[in-house]
Amino acid sequence: MHAFTYSRPADLKACLAQLAAGDGVRPLAGGQTLIPTMRQGLAQPEQLVDLKAIPGLAGIKAEGDRIEVGALTPHAAVAGSNLIQAKIPALAALAGGIGDAQVRHRGTLGGSIANADPAADHPAAVLGLGATIRTSSGEVPADSFFTEMFETALQPGEIVLSVSFPVPRRAGYASLRSPGSRFALVGVFAAETASGVRVAVTGAGRCAFRLGEAEKRLATAFALPALDGMTVPAAGLNSDLHAHATYRAHLVAVMVRRAVAMACLTS
Amino acid sequence: MAHDGIGAAVRRKEDRRFLTGRGQYIHDVRRPGELHAVFLRSPHAHAAIQRIDTEAAAAAPGVVAVYTGQDLAAAKVGGVPCAWGIVGKDGKPMKEPPHPPLALGKVRYVGDTVAVVIAETVSAARDAAELIEVDYRILPSVVGVTEALRPGAPQLYDDVPSNLCCDWALGDKAATEAAFAKADHIVKLDLVNNRLVPNAMETRAALAEYDPGSEDYTLYTASQLPHVARVLIGALMLGIPEHKFRVVAPDLGGGFGSKQVVYAEEAVVTWAAGKLCRPVRWICERGEAFMSDAQGRDHVSHAELALDRNGKFLGLKVATLANIGGYISTFGPNIPTNLYGPLLAGPYTTPAIYCEVKVIFTNTVPTDAYRGAGRPEATYLLERIVDAAARQTGIDRVELRRRNLIAAAAYPYQTPVLLNYDIGNHQQTLERGLALSKWSEFAARRKESEARGKLRGIGMVTYLEACGLAPSRLAQQLGARGGLFESANIRVHPTGKVNVFTGAHSHGQGHETVFAQLVGDMLGLSVDQIEIVHGDTAKSPFGLGTYGSRSAAVGGAAIFKATGKVIAKGKKIAAALLEAAEVDVDFDAGRFTVTGTDRSKTFGEIAFAAYNPPDAYPLETLEPGLEETAFYDPLNFTFPGGCHVAEVEIDPETGALDLVGYACVDDIGTVLNPMIVEGQIHGGVVQGIGQAMFENCLYDSESGQLLTGSFMDYAMPRATDIPIILTETASTACVHNPIGVKGCGECGTIASPAAVINAVLDALSPYGVTHIEMPATPQRIWEAIMAAEGKRSA
Repeated sequence: MHAFTYSRPADLKACLAQLAAGDGVRPLAGGQTLIPTMRQGLAQPEQLVDLKAIPGLAGIKAEGDRIEVGALTPHAAVAGSNLIQAKIPALAALAGGIGDAQVRHRGTLGGSIANADPAADHPAAVLGLGATIRTSSGEVPADSFFTEMFETALQPGEIVLSVSFPVPRRAGYASLRSPGSRFALVGVFAAETASGVRVAVTGAGRCAFRLGEAEKRLATAFALPALDGMTVPAAGLNSDLHAHATYRAHLVAVMVRRAVAMACLTS
Repeated sequence: MAHDGIGAAVRRKEDRRFLTGRGQYIHDVRRPGELHAVFLRSPHAHAAIQRIDTEAAAAAPGVVAVYTGQDLAAAKVGGVPCAWGIVGKDGKPMKEPPHPPLALGKVRYVGDTVAVVIAETVSAARDAAELIEVDYRILPSVVGVTEALRPGAPQLYDDVPSNLCCDWALGDKAATEAAFAKADHIVKLDLVNNRLVPNAMETRAALAEYDPGSEDYTLYTASQLPHVARVLIGALMLGIPEHKFRVVAPDLGGGFGSKQVVYAEEAVVTWAAGKLCRPVRWICERGEAFMSDAQGRDHVSHAELALDRNGKFLGLKVATLANIGGYISTFGPNIPTNLYGPLLAGPYTTPAIYCEVKVIFTNTVPTDAYRGAGRPEATYLLERIVDAAARQTGIDRVELRRRNLIAAAAYPYQTPVLLNYDIGNHQQTLERGLALSKWSEFAARRKESEARGKLRGIGMVTYLEACGLAPSRLAQQLGARGGLFESANIRVHPTGKVNVFTGAHSHGQGHETVFAQLVGDMLGLSVDQIEIVHGDTAKSPFGLGTYGSRSAAVGGAAIFKATGKVIAKGKKIAAALLEAAEVDVDFDAGRFTVTGTDRSKTFGEIAFAAYNPPDAYPLETLEPGLEETAFYDPLNFTFPGGCHVAEVEIDPETGALDLVGYACVDDIGTVLNPMIVEGQIHGGVVQGIGQAMFENCLYDSESGQLLTGSFMDYAMPRATDIPIILTETASTACVHNPIGVKGCGECGTIASPAAVINAVLDALSPYGVTHIEMPATPQRIWEAIMAAEGKRSA
């Protein structure tokens, strides 16, 4: 690991000022990706700005028919939240399946979506529920947040403050995990929301994406028969050591069914 | 006193310190003024080193020295030696190119050691290593055995054509061909035994110091065989004689064979400590371990089994290509040959066997022993082809095994491939294995799975392995460059307490408990009156260390022999003190008694008398003191065996595999501590499950880069992947060692891969799937189902 400076600003204003100082400055949330990457020498920031002392960035609260989750909220808190378990059980289950116990207690929602690992679980929920990402510069709808592999709509120096999830009528998440990393080979979040059916896929593409074909079918009836005969084209999907694109395409179709089955079961 | 001798499930004495963080690993050993070494490793699989510029690194802050292969060559540091050579079928010795501790002229795998930086801190050394400039001329590389043999393949060594280290064979080719000529069925099978990364929980480490006053060297190193390491590193590589070189292998967090290898790094830090007159420490990082710990397995094999119309095995032919990586490792060439070919008889009466093994260099990390070492590869091949034969002949797989297992009454049994089995009872372990796994009720379980949309399968293995390495004479005939006996020294103190110094090394096995049980049982002492000392060449007599499930069978026998000498001398002392003839003195339960009288002395009284001789002690004819040493050379290998049964459930939609049941019955000879045996079997089984379901070390076929260089991509089994493992022992006592033990450290790893894969194929049998490679990943299982469905609809 290369030498770097470390700061722990006490408020958002100071934090943003420090982050604006240059390219070599990186915000640090739970550090579950950034620190291992730095240890391997793959990231070499000059300065880390630790977000953990900033008041108000962690926590879960109801706001009307939405739930707002602070960016610094660890996965374990999302998984264990009575509110989320009652209102969006699929999100609680998703968070409870991330990594291992250590990762779930250190890793944060904001960190996960800002990092935008193509196989991370949270992007599927954020996109599948049509959440709104509140950042230090404004609000970004989920549909325009994930732009590429490890890339988001966040501008340099901009950080996620919270994610506002609309409570869906029903939702489900299903994934098959890679046995080594425990990241999703393919994960699908399917939700029936006030603004329509949304189906989001993680692990299969360059970043989380919506599956229009499944949404169209489920819009007619949010039930398994609507998916009969649906196949997913392999073109453009990820191929790696653990799963090639053809297998991933098959898994997407399977996981859509399972996510919908789970949604129907829990509603 | 509760019985804590042989056969008692005594809790491990060593666990208190391990569980409370008081173990002494190399990490915990600190020497004043120590420096830190970081190795620069090759980023290329195959390249010529045109120039190395260390100037900037040497001038970096905190750096004390930077050395390259040229520096070591100038200092006449020898190459990393091989301890077990092999001979080809043409009678010529294997090709044995030099293995310089730091690369000279060429690098041969990603991770090959190129230079070492020694600095005041690890980070200073690491930063400086990045300043070393190496001009590489990248050469085409080859990582697979089939490709390495092809004409025109990149050649690792100028004088090793076709990268062929050795073309080895075993068995009677003509007799085997004759058996095939009269066969009713010939079963053919091609399979791969996947390469594995050992991944001991504690990575390798070495800390060396030199005392300029006494001119003595001390090396603390993560070694399963400190005495052997002392000879190879000291005498052969660095020219440091044994009496000036102490090697200490303290607590180790696992070895699995990867630490029975002598590595370049150990020699380099020792040499540097002498040159710099300061202690030098090196701790291997996890990512570094992936590209430098000797790896395991990596075979490509073709096998054919000939059977008569009744399913009797007539002959077996095996042709294997074995990958030994970029250099010859300490025991590398021996593993896929001597520890593989002789195991192909297994527990069966196959009368004719012929096996050819081509041992091949490639641009990959060298391979060497990994838990089981050769025997898992043989067992996997054999048990897969037996199941294939059952499918092809239509004979039930249990019945087919029953027809071919060696009868208990047929022992001792001479196989056609060198080994002479002393004893076993495979019928017993088979029948108990069937009972323990509830084999006969499987159909109902399958039905229940089907109702949930799952495929269920059950698979079995009847195995035999050879361990307790090894009779020195036989081993030397097979190319071992040293003996394979074990040593023990029993030091009885004046108060009757005992230290046992063993040449075996415990790196998780529980020797400190088991050996204390053995000695305590013999001397009538409790385990807390006995302390086992191991892992220090300054303390224990010369011993060969721990590998090949040898510690109880060979190390334990040496301890038995030395303890017997203590008792014999005790009888002499007791006879004098009790005024009786020596032949009239009996020793039992810690008491020397004159037969037929009530005159007796306790063991403690005799020990005290040995050091404080009373008037009656015949000092003219009997030395004072009570301390004995023994060396034990085994008469034969030991032959554990048994029956393992795995049960799996497959999700046909995703190919996801769930191991839902595992039962095993092992014949491991005398059980010294059933709790420790159960732990050893569990650990071994899980390591084999890892190979069958998860683990796969892969290199890029173009660049030679290691593709599975971290736990992100190299999947290890986790607790949640493992069902309750049911274990039983059904032992026959080994007839040629004095305590009747066979060994239990590797049984699980040897048996479980084939048990799991046979179960997977059974689960997939409705689709007509007859083959799948390890690891049986969800994708592979799904592909097998797709291919079968495609065939069916075509």
